[in-house]
Amino acid sequence: MKRLTHKLLAMVPTSILCLPVTLWAAGDKATNIVVVADTRRVTGVMKYFSNLYNTDILMYAIWAVILTAAMGCILGFLMDFIMERTGLDLKSRKIIEH
Amino acid sequence: MDASWLYMFMPIAGVQIFWPGLVLIGFSVGTIGGFFGMGGAWMVTPGLNILGFPMAFAIGTDIAHIAGKSMVSTIRHSKFGNVDYKLGFIMIIGTMIGIECGAQIVMWLERLGQVGPVVRWVYVGFLFLISLMVFSDYAKAHKKKKQGIVEGEKGVEGFTWYKTLHKIKIPPMVHFKASGIYCSAWLPILVSFTTGVLAGFLGIGGGLLRMPALIYFIGVPTHIAVGTDLFEVMISGLYGAFTYTLKGRIELVAVFVMLTGAAIGAQIGTVATKYAKGYGIRLAFGVAVLCCMISIILKQFKFEMSAAILILGTISTICVYIVAIMLKGAAAELRAKKANAQMAAQA
Repeated sequence: MKRLTHKLLAMVPTSILCLPVTLWAAGDKATNIVVVADTRRVTGVMKYFSNLYNTDILMYAIWAVILTAAMGCILGFLMDFIMERTGLDLKSRKIIEH
Repeated sequence: MDASWLYMFMPIAGVQIFWPGLVLIGFSVGTIGGFFGMGGAWMVTPGLNILGFPMAFAIGTDIAHIAGKSMVSTIRHSKFGNVDYKLGFIMIIGTMIGIECGAQIVMWLERLGQVGPVVRWVYVGFLFLISLMVFSDYAKAHKKKKQGIVEGEKGVEGFTWYKTLHKIKIPPMVHFKASGIYCSAWLPILVSFTTGVLAGFLGIGGGLLRMPALIYFIGVPTHIAVGTDLFEVMISGLYGAFTYTLKGRIELVAVFVMLTGAAIGAQIGTVATKYAKGYGIRLAFGVAVLCCMISIILKQFKFEMSAAILILGTISTICVYIVAIMLKGAAAELRAKKANAQMAAQA
């Protein structure tokens, strides 16, 4: 029984190390870097931003920062709202080093 | 079965990407970053590359994602009181100047044609020193605890170099209330400048260097070092996102997909710090740094695949460890709360 437990424990890190190989196979490998955004295969907002990338990179950079910050804030407060409903005390903690 | 819905077209990089993989990477790095207080570029970049992103896009996308993810973690850490904003703002000055100086050193080395190997081996050297410092510190603290030596309410500490540095009384002297330290303002400026120079020189975000520097040289408690460092990562990440986008190397769609996973992971990682002792965080951090060092050595000797597997294996293992801490701690807290409520009802 002990041996079996050891074997099973050894399988956990092995499977974790094997997982990246599975992921490796999951996506198509990129061979060429597309310098210009491909607007033919996208629609709506994505088409607008792809066009912006091709025509006005400064404006695209400003939008990228604003949208990243906005997304971070929205998700941060949303997750905060959800976590507070778990009943955990999320406003205090005790600092113990060792 | 048609699995095309699992792939998403990235218009700028021009590749089809397995989007659940992006969510998974975001989740893992969000968890680890929220727990250790760092961006984790060394973890995301190989992951994105494996999913099919060209390296140039992997770095830029990674930086933008780190900025958003750090924002989620900073909001949560801030509510715990883990962010020392005063210290963070003072350190930003040193960090920014330092990063610029580090970049200038790299350009000088580039002119000499020595940049590649020098940067990599300096990086390996520093990672080795950090992990050595963390493990020796833990061993010393453990020994002290065994001997029954108790120092203050936070428990025993191994290395206390910051106590010597706090004796330098060059004005202006500043009281950092959240961290509970009183020292010369020049100390955090100098420490952040030095870590900034190294970050700029090595081409990394710097969280990996700043977090231990905050603990060992400034004397910030581990939990507050994590939160304050994330605040800095957030600001430098936004700046990095802007400059990389100007170079045309950010895939915004991937950033948003990764952020959805990172938002959940960041909450788990941050809340897990509540249930972990400072040295638990430091020790796991030491292991992560050590694995990062080994992966760079592997890359240096062209074992790219092994390096990527090691990095992703480390991420998975540490991520499982953090989630376990969080679930165990949360379950214990909820049980105690329920027991208290029952006792109060009986009384």
